[in-house]
Amino acid sequence: MEWLREWVSVEESAEAFGHRLTMAGLELDAIEAAAPAFSGVRIGSVLTVAPHPDADRLRVCQVDAGTGEALSIVCGAPNVFEGMRAPVACIGAVLPGDFRIKRSKLRGVESRGMLCSAVELGLAESSEGLMELPAEAPVGADFREWLGLDEAILEVDLTPNRADCLGMVGVAREAGVLLDQAVGGPVIEPVAATIDSAVEVRLTDADACPVYAARVIEGLDPDARTPLWIRERLRRCGLRPLHPVVDVTNYVMLELGQPMHAFAADAAGPVITVRFGEAGDRLRLLNGNEIEPGPTDLLIAGQGGPLALAGIMGGEPSAVGSSTTRIVLESAHFSPHALAGRARAYGLHTDASHRFERGVDPTLPLYAMERATAMILQIAGGAAGPVVHTGTIPAAHADAPIGLRRERIVRILGVALAPNEVERILTGLGCRVTTVEDGWQVRPLRARFDLLREEDLIEELARIHGYERLPQTLPHATAPVTSGAQDAIGVRKRELADLGFHEVISFSFIAADWAAAFYPEVQGLALANPISSELAVMRPGLWPGLVRTAAHNVARQRADLRLFEHGLRFVPDASGLRQESRLAGLLCGRAEPEHWQAARRPVDFFDAKGVVESLCARHAGTLRFVAAAHPALHDGQSAQVLLDGHGIGWVGALHPSLRERFDVPELFLFELDAAVLAEALVPTFKALSAFPSIRRDIALVVDEDVPAGEMLAAVAELGLPILQENRLFDVYRGKGLEENEKSIALGLILRAFDRTLGEGDVDSVTKAVVDQLSARFGAKPRY
Amino acid sequence: MEQVDKLVAQAVEEIREAAGLAELDQLRVRYLGKKGVLTAQLKELGRLPPEERPKAGQEVNAAKQRLSVLIEERQGELTRAEVARKLREERVDVSLPGRRPAVGGLHPVTQTIDRIESFFAGMGYAIAEGPEVEDDFHNFEALNIPEEHPARAMHDTFYFDAHRVLRTHTSPVQIRTMEQQKPPLRIIAPGRVYRCDSDLTHSPMFHQVEGLYVDSGVTFADLRGVLSSFLQSFFEREDLQTRFRPSYFPFTEPSAEVDIQCVHCGGAGCRVCKQTGWLEVMGCGMVHPNVFAHVGIDSERFTGFAFGLGVERMAMLRYGVNDLRLFFENDVRFIEQFARAG
Repeated sequence: MEWLREWVSVEESAEAFGHRLTMAGLELDAIEAAAPAFSGVRIGSVLTVAPHPDADRLRVCQVDAGTGEALSIVCGAPNVFEGMRAPVACIGAVLPGDFRIKRSKLRGVESRGMLCSAVELGLAESSEGLMELPAEAPVGADFREWLGLDEAILEVDLTPNRADCLGMVGVAREAGVLLDQAVGGPVIEPVAATIDSAVEVRLTDADACPVYAARVIEGLDPDARTPLWIRERLRRCGLRPLHPVVDVTNYVMLELGQPMHAFAADAAGPVITVRFGEAGDRLRLLNGNEIEPGPTDLLIAGQGGPLALAGIMGGEPSAVGSSTTRIVLESAHFSPHALAGRARAYGLHTDASHRFERGVDPTLPLYAMERATAMILQIAGGAAGPVVHTGTIPAAHADAPIGLRRERIVRILGVALAPNEVERILTGLGCRVTTVEDGWQVRPLRARFDLLREEDLIEELARIHGYERLPQTLPHATAPVTSGAQDAIGVRKRELADLGFHEVISFSFIAADWAAAFYPEVQGLALANPISSELAVMRPGLWPGLVRTAAHNVARQRADLRLFEHGLRFVPDASGLRQESRLAGLLCGRAEPEHWQAARRPVDFFDAKGVVESLCARHAGTLRFVAAAHPALHDGQSAQVLLDGHGIGWVGALHPSLRERFDVPELFLFELDAAVLAEALVPTFKALSAFPSIRRDIALVVDEDVPAGEMLAAVAELGLPILQENRLFDVYRGKGLEENEKSIALGLILRAFDRTLGEGDVDSVTKAVVDQLSARFGAKPRY
Repeated sequence: MEQVDKLVAQAVEEIREAAGLAELDQLRVRYLGKKGVLTAQLKELGRLPPEERPKAGQEVNAAKQRLSVLIEERQGELTRAEVARKLREERVDVSLPGRRPAVGGLHPVTQTIDRIESFFAGMGYAIAEGPEVEDDFHNFEALNIPEEHPARAMHDTFYFDAHRVLRTHTSPVQIRTMEQQKPPLRIIAPGRVYRCDSDLTHSPMFHQVEGLYVDSGVTFADLRGVLSSFLQSFFEREDLQTRFRPSYFPFTEPSAEVDIQCVHCGGAGCRVCKQTGWLEVMGCGMVHPNVFAHVGIDSERFTGFAFGLGVERMAMLRYGVNDLRLFFENDVRFIEQFARAG
């Protein structure tokens, strides 16, 4: 806030201003105090330093803290000297961590307070002694107040389009237009060269690096220190003060948004080349990592090889250090597409790469160079050479002005904005605005990469004017023609819920070994970057997820399970990838909920099959179940489900070897094509018969191998008009039958639409059925 | 006639003593039947002198009448006792557990999607679907997210090869719909989406609902009206405060995030809303002209809005679920809590 006020007068509280930013699209993430809470710390002047009588490492200082008398304070810091200004925690002071300063004795000598280091005040993570204050710091003043430590730090989350606010100048511009105030800021004047030293710059790719400014500065004072106010601003922005030159380049980046770099001139050499990596390149980065840059890595190279990963991080050998007196300052433009993904490829994310990836104003480098030069000369002395400016500033994205129509504002926002409000906002955002007949012609600032077209300007108007001040309306809706199929699958899902099934949602990617175990014939589609080997292959079916879920629940004492899932399966085939909607279920444990009277029967194949029959019941097609082998199912309890002869799924018992492998109890599975189930049938009315029905039961003995389903189908094939229903109500084996025989009992329900049936009708139907089954399957009537 | 009096006295006694309907019936037969003792007395009348006969006859008939009434009364008593006994025998312990069919239910995510769908279906939106393994064009390119766009880094994409990814949002369904249909268009597209990120608050798979409305004359004001009314309906609070904050999505311009007043603390500030009083629930905006250009819709003629929301977040807020991972663990103890929800 303190830094921002140098540009714009913000009168309101940090909270109110933060809210204003949030509502303008710069989302406030946090408000923090510039320092942790402490009290009772004043600026002191060390009058005398004397050795401690009983301790080699301790000194006894007389300190003027403006209290009217000199305080005797015992101090262990090595950097204390007579005349030093430093923060003093007086008796009664409370330091961060609720550390209370009391009158005390240290090795027999009384100490009336404590001289503080930056760490003790919560202003740094490490320090090498007392926090030295500038000589002009007013003795006796409250330290907290003097350094503005009650100021708020606003942390703002920026969306990727707002790279212009990655410098204080951008935030100030926003603040200005939001508060309707003028925006000031430092005046930046060119610094004339006083020496001739210069480097030659060669640019090899005008697209990746169109502009590069370099400047040599010599004769720097190696003992110079960065002024406290700069260090304090860097600290509040989360940067650690390092070396005056580095601190200045960081400061200018935070102020203007232009990342800069400084090389030790001796290590850089007289020629700087901006080029892509070549075979044999090696570079040790500032973080100590050794890299071998490739042909997509943009480099700054000296004669001895790469000096830096352009726009990302400098190299260690050319880094500015405590003894450096000659530097080359770099202020350049690197284009976002040249740097896209490069930092990430090395696991890096730096302040510079963050800005260049999002886009920096290409007109900034020269301006930033002058600002940095002036600051460095002021802090560390020395003399600057001429600015070597190589390349040309690329043309603006929208060189022609953007047309903004009054009518279009209404079309998009649903309301007209006053012309003077439109002009105030756009001008406040740095645009040059001229009025034309149907609206305005607008030229945005170069830094606003996001303002390319009319809609972008309309968003700016809405944003600054305030979304909440715009109207709300409800469009008048007309009822569309909807198909009954729209929610057919939803109906099937609710039906399963009514049948006692719980819906589960499992991950669409599964472990490769599960996929292979259930679907050995499918080469599953594998992720190139799976999050783990458990979630690596797109599921070729829904059973692995259900079985896994069953195992999870069985392990938690839930043994009676009915689960289902609806989702896509992914089956690669010759034509590409089939992504098919499937509905699958799992049953295990008891057939019925536990009850004091209920039969304790475990679920079996026919429970699962019954569910499938029920799900398909509303479909017009003919449903059949045919014994067939599936790699995941028990050979003897597995059927393919056919609807009008087309396979639409499977039902069966989980194969015992998979049961053992995945440690689950006996369970039954089904999976069906959900698209087929969703083919909704609009019921067609059939007339009701006014005549009574007659039931005739018959029992037929057939060979054990004859599938009952085929017998039913054979009867259906007869197409007897008065045979309304054919119920298979008993299967009998044992006494009275041969070893390989079974008896099938059928209930024939007969009814006609035009008359009451007589014995003759019943006999003829019964005969037709028995004849058909005898002819097809050798069935013998049993009496 | 002493004989009759004696018989009646005996019969009265026996009727009173009769323990069951069968026994009572035997008594009726014995005394009143055709071969019963009183009938026999009537036959005896012939032996009496004629002048005594009428009187004796009256007496016997009176006795028969009396016994008949008594038997009827006794029959009523016994029948009532019989019914009472039967009811007593058939009594059940009503406090024993009922025979309840197993109850299943839809996953809370499905229920949340259903709820969202039903609101928009009522406003005339059709449901659209799209593939989950998407191509780069539909997931990014056509949504105005070119190759080097920084927004791509925000997406943590799962990919298969140079061209195929797991969709990172449901927005590609917008593109597929606009490729196939001409405006006016109103769709919502619920479905699974994937991000390569997994921790306490991120799941590598989750659900979104995308919405799209394209017509001539759709405005940002309409967008605000529709979403405010949706959120009020979803959270069943007519006075629910919403606010629209400028934000950035490459495929909309202007773009907004929608916040609602915290449903946990009512806006006073709590742990759920991180003391702000607001919860971010949706992203939205006016369809970007570049997106229209990709699908051949004239942005001078048509305007539109699009929105997207995270289903799990909405479900967590509505049901008070505090751990995202519960949705995909599928522990029945969790899922069955929602079995009977509306």
